[in-house]
Amino acid sequence: MNAPVDRISSAGSDASLDRPLVVVNLSRRRFLQGMSALGGLVLAVGYPSAARAQAKKYGADGMPNGWVDSPLAFVSIAEDGTVTIVCHRSEMGQGVRTGMPMIVADELEADWKRVRVAQAPGDEKKFGNQDTDGSRSTRHFFEPMRHCGAAARTMLEAAAAERWKVPVSEVEAKNHEVVHRPTGRRAGYGSLAKAAAGQPVPARETLRLKDPKQFRYIGKGQLKLVDGRDIATGKAQYGIDTRLDGMLYAVVARPPVYGGKVASFDPAEALKVPGVQRVVQIEDSPPPAHFNPVGGVAVLARNTWAAMQGRKALKITWDDGPNASYDSSAFKTSLEESARKPGKVVRNDGDFDAAVAKAARRLDAEYYVPHLAHATMEPPAATVRIANGKCEVWGGFQSPQATRDLVAKRLGMSADDVTVHVTLLGGGFGRKSKPDYAIEAAVLSKAVDGKPVKVTWTREDDLHNSYYHTVSVEHLEAGVDAQGKPVAWLHRSVAPTIISTFNPAAKNEAPFELGMGVINVPFAIPNVRIENPEAVAHTRIGWFRSVSNIPHAFAVQSFVAELAAAAGRDPKDFLLEVIGPARQVSPETLGDTWNHGESPERYPVDTGRLRRVVETAARQAGWGRKLPKGHGLGIAGHYSFVSYIAAVVEAAVDDKGQLTIPRVDIAVDCGATVNPDRVRSQMEGACVMGVGAATLGEISFKSGRVEQDNFHAYEVTRMSGAPREIRVHIIPGDYSKPMGGVGEPGVPPIPPALCNAIFAATGKRIRRLPIRDQLKV
Amino acid sequence: MAIPVTINGRQQQLDVPNEMPLLWAIREAAGLTGTKYACGVAQCGACTVHLDGQPVRACVTPTSAARGRRVTTIEGLDAKGEHPLQKAWVEEQVPQCGYCQSGQIMSAAALLAAKPSPTDADIDAAMAGNICRCGTYQRIRAAIHKAAAMKKAGTR
Repeated sequence: MNAPVDRISSAGSDASLDRPLVVVNLSRRRFLQGMSALGGLVLAVGYPSAARAQAKKYGADGMPNGWVDSPLAFVSIAEDGTVTIVCHRSEMGQGVRTGMPMIVADELEADWKRVRVAQAPGDEKKFGNQDTDGSRSTRHFFEPMRHCGAAARTMLEAAAAERWKVPVSEVEAKNHEVVHRPTGRRAGYGSLAKAAAGQPVPARETLRLKDPKQFRYIGKGQLKLVDGRDIATGKAQYGIDTRLDGMLYAVVARPPVYGGKVASFDPAEALKVPGVQRVVQIEDSPPPAHFNPVGGVAVLARNTWAAMQGRKALKITWDDGPNASYDSSAFKTSLEESARKPGKVVRNDGDFDAAVAKAARRLDAEYYVPHLAHATMEPPAATVRIANGKCEVWGGFQSPQATRDLVAKRLGMSADDVTVHVTLLGGGFGRKSKPDYAIEAAVLSKAVDGKPVKVTWTREDDLHNSYYHTVSVEHLEAGVDAQGKPVAWLHRSVAPTIISTFNPAAKNEAPFELGMGVINVPFAIPNVRIENPEAVAHTRIGWFRSVSNIPHAFAVQSFVAELAAAAGRDPKDFLLEVIGPARQVSPETLGDTWNHGESPERYPVDTGRLRRVVETAARQAGWGRKLPKGHGLGIAGHYSFVSYIAAVVEAAVDDKGQLTIPRVDIAVDCGATVNPDRVRSQMEGACVMGVGAATLGEISFKSGRVEQDNFHAYEVTRMSGAPREIRVHIIPGDYSKPMGGVGEPGVPPIPPALCNAIFAATGKRIRRLPIRDQLKV
Repeated sequence: MAIPVTINGRQQQLDVPNEMPLLWAIREAAGLTGTKYACGVAQCGACTVHLDGQPVRACVTPTSAARGRRVTTIEGLDAKGEHPLQKAWVEEQVPQCGYCQSGQIMSAAALLAAKPSPTDADIDAAMAGNICRCGTYQRIRAAIHKAAAMKKAGTR
């Protein structure tokens, strides 16, 4: 158990590659594998066929390389008593470097003041799955981290009992020391470290886990962030901060159109810029994009500024390729045409046509959400050095093992010879699940004989060559009875799928996209038909925080409010009536084969929990309270990442149409919590991001090119546009029940709750995002 | 020819072209990486430093403009890293990813130097140029108020 930190941060030598791979080796790659098992795709070529034959696995079991709960991988204790706990997930603001070690420390009975956190390199054989995405880290690793802590504690107790020659049943670990109860003898963890390391690791089944009542850190929220002080003093290290001796700084001119390539280029002027050392072409990767660099021409210089000046001086002629005419406003029209015609039926309960024919009234509406870019404050940046047959990579990566494998593959090396050092991420939001920028740095380092090369993306690069959130038209129709209650529900969702980034033939939403709030709406409506007409992607589509839940929740929760208004009903009461009575619904009966990768038995859709967050948010917000003129309350509730979240937004629109948001109340049921302060902060942040997507966010294309260059054109929420007050209400959970996700599910309810509030304030219904100047009078 | 600049109280000769933005001179020539790049066009405030005590966006300030002047970065805001804002930032657990927070703190420090007891409107105005994509604005506001209170209590 005293695996020293320097061993932890060196290349794993035991990583025999039993994953001969491939394209599947992606972030969220299990989704893709699952699809292939269902006959959806050919992405799993090269995946061990035995894996496909196995029974379906869920949760952490279902992720590549699963989970590890050995203290030998995660815990080391120095003789001075310092406990080092490894965090194997990437920190991007969600608080994982505080939360995960906290779980271990609690079971270990470690004194938090003497705990240090070490960041794991990419090494899934040693640490288990490291894909930091899908709002999964805590729910998948709560139990394994408890096991780590409990096993280490047991080894310390055994060592003390052996030293004192007393039965182990008489000793107990407490606050960084082991106590012999009958005599009161004590031994500190440091003094026991060496002997404890020699103890066998106890079997998982024999571990004595704490009663949650004994938790000292978990669920308490009294510990400060492990990186808080470093951040506040400027010491925290992000990928872009990497500095190595002899390092060259690179920027890359990339094809402005997806699928484009360099037709010709002239480096002469660039090479005249003082400080520029080399100009190197990066081979283009024709679509599908996968996680490959898109190619282009790199300028390597003595500093970043010189590289930027050199890039400006490059003369490049681009061959724009087949997407040269991509125009997002024309594409919107084509999506609308598709949404008005029948498409692939993906769920069909009852008989929509018959029910709607008999309905008292028929209503329909269409909603639009454009492409979005993550715009992480730290743009993508990575550094690579190759020496003596070994490659080292530094950067902020959400999928360190995929980074390792893909860099190795591009360099023609064994992954064993590639070490990925994970820095802090200056924002992730799904962008940094794709390590194309690390592969660029690897290609460039190789081109200069392995010298260290740092690739920095400018903001313009980030906005022009992202993996964008999809663009969608959501078409809804309902037949309602004489009281206005829906008896028939049709939802046609049309959006380019993320799968198109891996398989250009893919034109339908994947199960994991449909399972994000379109197919799995658990409403008490007898006749439901969900259709998914085809859409072709013309750019790289990728995961963006909460993914397809954004357009789906916007459409569904806006439409329910529209039905309420048509019926002259209170929107909150009406929403609860549409959700129906508290019951547990199997996702499979909703046609959802994915269920966020979780077991349908352990994680049914629980309408009681959905009702409760709606009721809680409404109560806490003072639903029905008297409001000033121009103010309105809007509500939305949404289930995603196996958590239940509802929001009540108070919107204020002045006589010029200026929108402000005085207050938002968010109720969250994510099961039991490890660090409630970080649950709150994730809800606060998701709320601001949701407000940004609703009011400002749009990436548009003209002639295949992104029209937004920087934050003046791709606006994100600033302090003045953020809600003045965000109040988060956490529903208490039970540690014996499965946990839910936190990082993403706060986003989806915000845009519809805001637009419902604007409707309440002004009578104007927003169906097209972003709102921008739609309220101007 | 090298450009003489006093950074965090230390005289330095920065061997960079006049027109190189101060941001890159600070990060790469002086080796202080707490000052961040995020837009390059004075849109986001991540690169905020103080030039003779005034907040500037280092990404659009030529290094030559700092010739013979005093530059303060996040690393030099307080010798011990215990400026009331830094303490308040830790106590309020402001950061999420943390990348923009150096710039946020430097903007807030300039505000507090000019207005020891800022109102919410003062804070909105002073912080309008600083983007936080994680959306920590509510806590930034709370931490600024807290630091203002700490400063007041400390000077009494």
